[in-house]
Amino acid sequence: MAAYLDNAATTKPCAECIEAMTDAMQNTYGNPSSLHRMGLDAQLVVDDARKQIAAALACEPGCITFTSGATESNNLAIFGAAGAYGKRQRKVVVTAVEHASVRAAYDQLEKQGFEVVRISPNTNGEIDPDAFLAEIDENTCLASMMLVNNETGAVLPVRRAFYAAKRKFPKLITHCDAVQGFLKIGFTAAELNADLISVSGHKIHGAKGVGALYMKKGVRLTPLLYGGEQEQKLRPGTESVPLIAGFGAAAAAMRKSMAQRTERVTALRNECIRQLSSMEDVILHQPEDCSPYILSAAIKGLRAETLLHFLAERQVYVSSGSACSKGKPSGVLRAFRIPDGLADSTIRISFCAENTAYDIKCLAEGIAAAQQQLIHKR
Amino acid sequence: MQEIILLKYGELALKGMNRNSFEDMLLRNIRHRLKHIGSYAYAKAQSTIYITPCADTEEACAALLDAAMPRLHKVFGIAALCRARVCEKNFADIAKQAVPYLQEVLPYVKTFKVEAKRADKAFPMKSPQICTELGGILLEAFPNLTVDVHEPDITVTVEIRDTNAYIHAAKLKGAGGLPVGTAGNGLLLLSGGIDSPVAAWMMAKRGLRITACHFESPPYTSERARMKVEKLVEKLAPWCGSMAFYCVPFTEIQEVLRRECPEEYFTILMRRLMMEIAQRIAAQNDCYAIITGESLGQVASQTLQAINCTDAVSKIPVLRPLIGMDKTEIVDIARRIDTYETSILPYEDCCTVFTPRHPKLRPRLEEVEAVQSAVDFSALIDEAVKNTTKKIFAQRVAEGDEA
Repeated sequence: MAAYLDNAATTKPCAECIEAMTDAMQNTYGNPSSLHRMGLDAQLVVDDARKQIAAALACEPGCITFTSGATESNNLAIFGAAGAYGKRQRKVVVTAVEHASVRAAYDQLEKQGFEVVRISPNTNGEIDPDAFLAEIDENTCLASMMLVNNETGAVLPVRRAFYAAKRKFPKLITHCDAVQGFLKIGFTAAELNADLISVSGHKIHGAKGVGALYMKKGVRLTPLLYGGEQEQKLRPGTESVPLIAGFGAAAAAMRKSMAQRTERVTALRNECIRQLSSMEDVILHQPEDCSPYILSAAIKGLRAETLLHFLAERQVYVSSGSACSKGKPSGVLRAFRIPDGLADSTIRISFCAENTAYDIKCLAEGIAAAQQQLIHKR
Repeated sequence: MQEIILLKYGELALKGMNRNSFEDMLLRNIRHRLKHIGSYAYAKAQSTIYITPCADTEEACAALLDAAMPRLHKVFGIAALCRARVCEKNFADIAKQAVPYLQEVLPYVKTFKVEAKRADKAFPMKSPQICTELGGILLEAFPNLTVDVHEPDITVTVEIRDTNAYIHAAKLKGAGGLPVGTAGNGLLLLSGGIDSPVAAWMMAKRGLRITACHFESPPYTSERARMKVEKLVEKLAPWCGSMAFYCVPFTEIQEVLRRECPEEYFTILMRRLMMEIAQRIAAQNDCYAIITGESLGQVASQTLQAINCTDAVSKIPVLRPLIGMDKTEIVDIARRIDTYETSILPYEDCCTVFTPRHPKLRPRLEEVEAVQSAVDFSALIDEAVKNTTKKIFAQRVAEGDEA
C-alpha cells in the first residue's frame, strides 16, 4: 500500500466531495444564471457551497468569490487590489517566502512600475512583524503575508502584522494566502485582519480546479477577466457547479472533523519526528510556530530529488521543497536561513488524517535504506 | 484580570417605574443573540450591563468577546458598548494593568486624554487626580503620545464602580433605540425593494417586534424574487430578532383586478386589497400596527390622496417611518444595514406586475370605493389568507452562525 505523504501538494478527494460532485453532475446540471427552475437549482447548490466556505472562515457568504484555485485567487487579490487602489499609492509589501503564485504576481507588479519591498525572515528564520510593519507607509496600497509556509510549515505572524498595519494605515489592503492553513490551523477571517484571503479546494480533500477568495465587505477589486456578471461581477464565466459543490462539501466535512484531525496529524508528525531525529544525518527544520501538517527534513549527503525517486519506488511519496516549483529550488528555504547544502537535501513530508503509523514506518525505513544504498561513505 | 464588555443603555435610563421591564427585555434579547456562540455571564448595575465571557483560557475568552461585539452592535436599546479590563478597586492595580491592556491601541495613535468616572464617591482619589496620574504613566510608557483634552484620537476611560474599576479605550456607539419587543408587534409589508426593509429597521429600533408579510404573484413573479425577499428577512433578523415571514398568493386577485377594473385604478385598488389581507394577518399575530416603506410623493400610490384611500381600509394604524425621507437618505440606511445590495437584484415583484400606464395620481375615496364595490373580493381575500404560507427566520441565520 502506498504511503502518500505529500498532502501539502494535494489531497485525495473525500467521500463527501465525490458524492456532492456526482450529484451535481447528474442532477443539477443547469446553468446557475438560467432563470428557470433548473438554473435556480444549480444556483442553490452554489449558494450552499458558498455558505459552507463562509462558515469555515466565519464570515458572511457574500464575502466569498469562487475561483479556479488558489493561484487565481492570489492573482485576483493582488492585481485586483493593485488595480483598484494602486493608482497613486505605488508601493507594495510582501514576504520573501511566499508561494510562487504570490511571488510571481508581485514580480509582475514590479514590472508595471510598483515599488515592491520583500521582507525576509530574520536570523532565527522568522518573519518579524515589526520589520514588516516598518516597510509600510502612506504610499503602500497592498501587503501580502502567507499564513502557513508551504515548504517548511512555518506559521507566519499574519494576525499581529496585519493588526498593527491596519491600525496604523486603515486604508491599506491586506492579503493572506491561507491555502496551507485553511481548515488545518484554526482561524477566522476577522482574526487574520486580512481584507483578502485565498483558499484552495484540493488541499482540503476537495477537487482540483476550484478555490475561493474571501473579500472583506467594502473592498473593491478590478477583475482579471471580463464577461458575464457571475460571482458579484468579479469573476465572469459559468460557475463550475460540481467543483464548487465538492469544495463546499469537503469544507463542511473538514470543519466538522478539524479537532480530531489536528490531534491525529499532530501525533503522526510527532511520531515521524521521533523516528527521524533518532537517525544519523537527518536534520529536521522545525520552526517554533508551525503547522502540524508539514515536516521539513534534510538528509545530509542525499539530493532531495534522488531520495524522492528512491522513496517513490518503495511507494512512499514525499516532495522536494514544494511540488509547484517542480524540483527547482524556490529560494524559500534559503530565505528561511537553511544553508544551501542542506536546502538541496530537504524533503517535505506532509500529512493528512488518513495517514497511519505504518506510513511513517515505511518512510523511516525508506530513508534508512537510501542512506545505506546511496551514500558512499569514504 | 479579565476583559469584559460594558453596555450602556441610552433612552432606557430615562424610564421611570417600568424601567425594569425594559431592562429585562434588553437582557433577554442580548442572551438570545449570544446564546449560540458561547457561554457568557450577565449582570446589570448602574445603567450598565456587564457581559463576562465564560471560558477556560484567556484566548478563548478573547474569541468570545470578538464574536459578541459585532452582534451586540445590532441590538437595539444599547447606546454605547466597549470592551473593558476589570481591575481591583485601587489605583496601584489600575496603573499596573493599564499599560499592558492599552498596548493594543495606544502605540497607533498620536493624541489621547484620560477620563475618570467615579460612580463610587468613596474612592480615595478624586477624578482629576486619577486622570493626571494615569495620564503621566501612559505618557511615559508610550512616547508616541501627547495629551489633547479637546480632540484626542483616543479617550482612555477609568470607571470606578461598586465592586471593581474598569479601564477602556474605545467606546463605540451602539444601535440606540429601545429593546425590540418592548413596543409590541407590527406587521411589515415587505415588497423586496429598498424602502420596506429600512422601514422595518426603523420601527424595530423603536422597540417593535416585526412580522413580515410579502405578496407574490407566480408566474408573473419568480421563485428567485421570493428568495430575494427571504434573504432580506434574513438580513433584518440580526437587528429585529427572529422573524415570522408570511407569503400571500396574490396572482388571482391581481388577475381579477386587471380584468374587471379600470386600468388607472389598478394600483390603488391593489394597495387597498393588500391592506385588507394584511389586517387579517396582523390580527392573527397580535400586531397592532402595519408598517410600510412609503415615502410621500415617491410614486403614484404614495401621494397624500392615494394614502388616504389606502388608509381608509385599515382599522389599525399604518406606520410609515420613511414618509418624510428622501430616497438618498433611505439608501444610506439600506447600505448601513446591508439590505441594499439584495434589494436592487433585478426581479419582478408583485407591485411591478400590470403597472398601469397612467395611474390615478389623486384618487378620490368615493370614486375608489365605487369602483371596488363593482367586484366582490371577499371570497378572493379569504382564499388568499387561507393559502398564505409561514416561515420563521431565526436571528442567527444571517451571519453564518451555527445552527
